[in-house]
Amino acid sequence: MIDYSKLIAPAVKETRPSGIRRFFDIANTMEGVISLGVGEPDFRTPWQIRSAGINSLRRGHTRYTANRGLEELRLEICRYLERRYEVTYAPEEVLVTVGGSEAIDMAVRAICAPGDEIIIPQPSYVCYEPITRMAGGVPVIINTRAENGFKLTAQELRAAITEKTKALILPYPSNPTGAVMRRGDLEAIAEVLRDTDIICISDEIYSELTYGVRHVSPAAIPEMRERTILINGFSKAFSMTGWRLGYAAGPTELIREITKIHQYAIMCAPTVSQHAAIEALRSCDGEVALMVEEYDMRRRFIVDGFNKLGLDCREPSGAFYAFPSIAKTGLSSEEFCERLLYSKRVAVVPGTAFGDSGEGFIRASYCYSLEHIKEALYRIGEFLEELK
Amino acid sequence: MRTEILRLLEKNARLTDGEIATALGVSESEVRAEIAALRESGIIRGYKCVIDRAAVDRDAVSANIEVKLTPKAGLGFDEVAEQIAAYPQVDAVYLMSGSCDLLVTVSGKSFREVASFVAEELAVIDSVTGTATQFIMRRYKEFGVTLFGDEDDGRSKLSL
Ligand SMILES: Cc1ncc(COP(=O)(O)O)c(C=O)c1O
Repeated sequence: MIDYSKLIAPAVKETRPSGIRRFFDIANTMEGVISLGVGEPDFRTPWQIRSAGINSLRRGHTRYTANRGLEELRLEICRYLERRYEVTYAPEEVLVTVGGSEAIDMAVRAICAPGDEIIIPQPSYVCYEPITRMAGGVPVIINTRAENGFKLTAQELRAAITEKTKALILPYPSNPTGAVMRRGDLEAIAEVLRDTDIICISDEIYSELTYGVRHVSPAAIPEMRERTILINGFSKAFSMTGWRLGYAAGPTELIREITKIHQYAIMCAPTVSQHAAIEALRSCDGEVALMVEEYDMRRRFIVDGFNKLGLDCREPSGAFYAFPSIAKTGLSSEEFCERLLYSKRVAVVPGTAFGDSGEGFIRASYCYSLEHIKEALYRIGEFLEELK
Repeated sequence: MRTEILRLLEKNARLTDGEIATALGVSESEVRAEIAALRESGIIRGYKCVIDRAAVDRDAVSANIEVKLTPKAGLGFDEVAEQIAAYPQVDAVYLMSGSCDLLVTVSGKSFREVASFVAEELAVIDSVTGTATQFIMRRYKEFGVTLFGDEDDGRSKLSL
């Protein structure tokens, strides 16, 4: 009898499937559930992108591409980054990856030696901590504060830095809080990093989805480009979650090393998706703008809805999540979500899924039609009434 | 604001002025005034619900009828179209390019009802020189709404 648990590497064994997996499984199999729970767009990929993918298959582009991705795509990525975020990269400084996810993993693995510390502001997307641990690193969590709009402050960062600090993950615009770091906020962070060799791994996957403010890449701040690995992708901006395509951009010295891991682990990102992505970058500004406008309407609608129900909800400036406080109910985030699911069949994610500092909050996605959001809010209202 | 209101209402005419105002970040009175202006200028013509009629009444049928015309003195395409549009059975009337002049969509409780409407009402109009009736067998999409399958969009209920 093989004892498989002895076979599994400690770093992997210790990585438990996220604690709310069970809750997710229940919600995903329950009948009649109305969800505000997903982290992916409801929009389908714009038609011309799908069409470009189909045409690339028709033309027989079915082989591997260069490890780092199609030259043409990397060129378009550079043009896009310049056009949208005023950051300048050459195609050699770009690696095309299997989603932003792979880029984050590769970036951490490329720079993290055993015992190195990686600073992770939370509440934030769930992958940074396990990726760091599996690379042998030590996650150093910064609990950002609601009073600061869940933005990372220079003071918090300074307090977390030790000689072992290798990198800072900068996860903005934020899933789950919707927080966006403005230029001034980033300048303060840059001020702290400037005299260090700490690398900033900037997860900008939601960069297109900001409302009333423009996304600023940390790489656009003076003296930050040389210490930043910019990570972005097509999932959220172009509604391309299933295509699995993202990229990392940064100094050649870093991208070259990251590419080594990518080359052996992945070979190359899906060819069909790369061809589709070229089309996305070339001709979909209008489609993206329309989707952003739609998200913006839903954002105002859901924020207003939560506030009317008495759940304090600040206006998120980015991504597609509202992050209202449920502290008033006296329930923990998990209790709130479980009871809401069982009694009203509404699925939302407890803030604690994104770190301890998410306690007292829930994440409600607005990747849904207004009609759907209305119904969910109505049921949440009933739930709150019954709690009283 | 006008374009945004139209976009919202075109997708979902059930939204209240207040809900539209919230979504657009403007006041309810502004929305009310704009919608009144849109109605007045004839841009907004009405509010309807998309119904899968076959699910309500299995015998209900619709047909597209291609109509050929020979305009008579004082009775141009517009006049004939208006005359046809006046029938309650008629859902739509379009002036067409190509093989027919007017395309008329007619609904009825049964094949027979639609057929007799064509024979006894449409075909006998003075300027009408010919009709070709195509019955609609099944509706897959109407007014931008798909009428088949369930609404499941393939996403799970919860993901991070
Ligand atoms: C903050 C953040 N980063 C990265 C990802 C992963 O995205 P991708 O589909 O590009 O791998 C997600 C997905 O939810 C996310 O929310």
